[in-house]
Amino acid sequence: MSGHIIGTGKRFRTLKEPGFRLFLFTLPFLVMVFLFSYLPLWGWSMAFVDYKPGKAISECTFVGLKYFNMLFNNPVKYRELVRVMKNTLGMSFLGILTSWLPMIFAIMLKEIRATRYRKILQTVTTIPNFISWVLVYSLAFGMLSVTDGLVNKMLIKMGVVSQGINFLASKDHIWVKMWLLGNWKGLGWSAVIYLAALAGIDQELYEAARVDGAARHHIIRHIEIPGLLPTFVVLLILSIATIINSDFDKVYLFANAMNKESIETLDLYVYNQGIKNVQFSYTTAIGIMKSFVSIILIVFANTVAKKIRGESIL
Amino acid sequence: MKGLLLKNREGDSRIADMMIYVVYTLFALLCALPFYYIIVQTISDNYLVSTGQVFLIPRGIHFRNIISALKLDGMLMAAMVSIARTVVGTLFTLIGTTILGYAFSRREYWHRQFWYRFIILTMYFSTGLIPGFMNMKNLRLYNTFWLYVVPGTVSAYFMILYKTFVESIPASLEESAQLDGAGYAVRYARIILPLSLPMIATICIFAAVGQWSAFSDTLYMVSDSRLYTLQFKLYQFMNQAEQLAASMRSSGGNISSAAMEAELRNLMSSISIRTSVCLIVTLPVLLIYPFFQRYFIKGIMIGAVKG
Repeated sequence: MSGHIIGTGKRFRTLKEPGFRLFLFTLPFLVMVFLFSYLPLWGWSMAFVDYKPGKAISECTFVGLKYFNMLFNNPVKYRELVRVMKNTLGMSFLGILTSWLPMIFAIMLKEIRATRYRKILQTVTTIPNFISWVLVYSLAFGMLSVTDGLVNKMLIKMGVVSQGINFLASKDHIWVKMWLLGNWKGLGWSAVIYLAALAGIDQELYEAARVDGAARHHIIRHIEIPGLLPTFVVLLILSIATIINSDFDKVYLFANAMNKESIETLDLYVYNQGIKNVQFSYTTAIGIMKSFVSIILIVFANTVAKKIRGESIL
Repeated sequence: MKGLLLKNREGDSRIADMMIYVVYTLFALLCALPFYYIIVQTISDNYLVSTGQVFLIPRGIHFRNIISALKLDGMLMAAMVSIARTVVGTLFTLIGTTILGYAFSRREYWHRQFWYRFIILTMYFSTGLIPGFMNMKNLRLYNTFWLYVVPGTVSAYFMILYKTFVESIPASLEESAQLDGAGYAVRYARIILPLSLPMIATICIFAAVGQWSAFSDTLYMVSDSRLYTLQFKLYQFMNQAEQLAASMRSSGGNISSAAMEAELRNLMSSISIRTSVCLIVTLPVLLIYPFFQRYFIKGIMIGAVKG
């Protein structure tokens, strides 16, 4: 496949090969990938110096592992890190614990036999997936704001409460609220994905089961759920691999002074400390450690997947 | 008789059927309600809205809010920026994705495994927020329109989807063109592209949605207000609304009626601004999505076959 450079007579053989010309066609794009995904690695050196914006990295004082140690030795920073990791892991875990929900909704959706109505349900429940978090925030504000949110207005009108409940700017049940918002946005679409997977199950299984006199719950338990399980397991493993990630847009937009304690995830913390407080070296160090943990998680997840599925998901 | 009423055609419980219908319908209503409420608020009389008299039925219908919102400072510019980045960004993504996807589908690609992994690897690690930020500054993309459209040109995920699709096209089609002397570019343009339109449509739609919804890149890498997107303007207006609402709450009830009226008028404009800008940003999605929904789903199915 690749040309060997053997002697002057064949020096330019590689260059004439079609495979190499193909490579040249794509070179601009490969360069782009390098520029945007690999070049930033250069910035990791910021974690080892006292970086001051405006100066070149090489001009800053070298401090070695100072910022890495700071995370663990400095009690204030350590507590921050623990708090932030608790938030991140807590919210991710909540999602993982309830990740079977879309499966159930898909099975329910399939049981809606009226095709026209089912398509309408599909359309309506999947639209939230395609709007931005800014819009979600705006809609949530419209529904839940203390003064003119629909929910509060109805509650007051019905006499349930005398004053509006502050859903958005309170520190209670933040993880659950974020989970609810995430599901409002994503459950419909995930269910449709599982529905597509359901369509891939062999119809003969259904017929054979009906002939044997199986009731619907039998079919669900013995055909549909096992049929969806492979997809579910893959997605589950992937979400474990991304457990330290969080949806930046979501947490940034819904964060405010009241709920900051419980809503600030690692990603948001890095943004707040890094860009707003200009702590470049410190947050770069955090970023580096996050990258390493991510890689370990992904490799671990892939190994588990291999064992279960007999093949890699990477 | 009762047995007939309790079971449907397949012999399953009708009660369970009803419960499923009810649950899913409630879920759908929950999804639709916030949109509906925003529409109701925007087209209702502003005074009625701000004094809390509008619930689920619009009252005093008018469309002035939407028009005034479009005239707001920076809105038209933001609309143009959003539209531009969606069109250009999607185009760039399509070009990068299809060319790379096709190239990698060819076995003779020079050191194919290496370069393929070179791209795939980027899906699994991230260099971090700050290094990425510094990188954009060094590349002189900070605060430019290109920041929105160039980095997304190569999406590893879309590339995999496209490559998989191309590999399912019968090799004989390309081979016969190759025997006729057609080079890569011709084969790509005349054979592969037309045959891969379904996948291209799917990628196009997902990329477009991504571009239209993007927010955080404007947030941390743009300071020039002429480059603000619609999403970012909405975010700005939301913040203003909150500040106003907070100051209303903190001043409690101890304001004179004249000041209260002035505040009320301010609150009026901030609610109507918020809802009308929200409506303007949502409307394209609401109107276009139902027609393209099947492409989204088709795309996922194609991707799922791979996974």
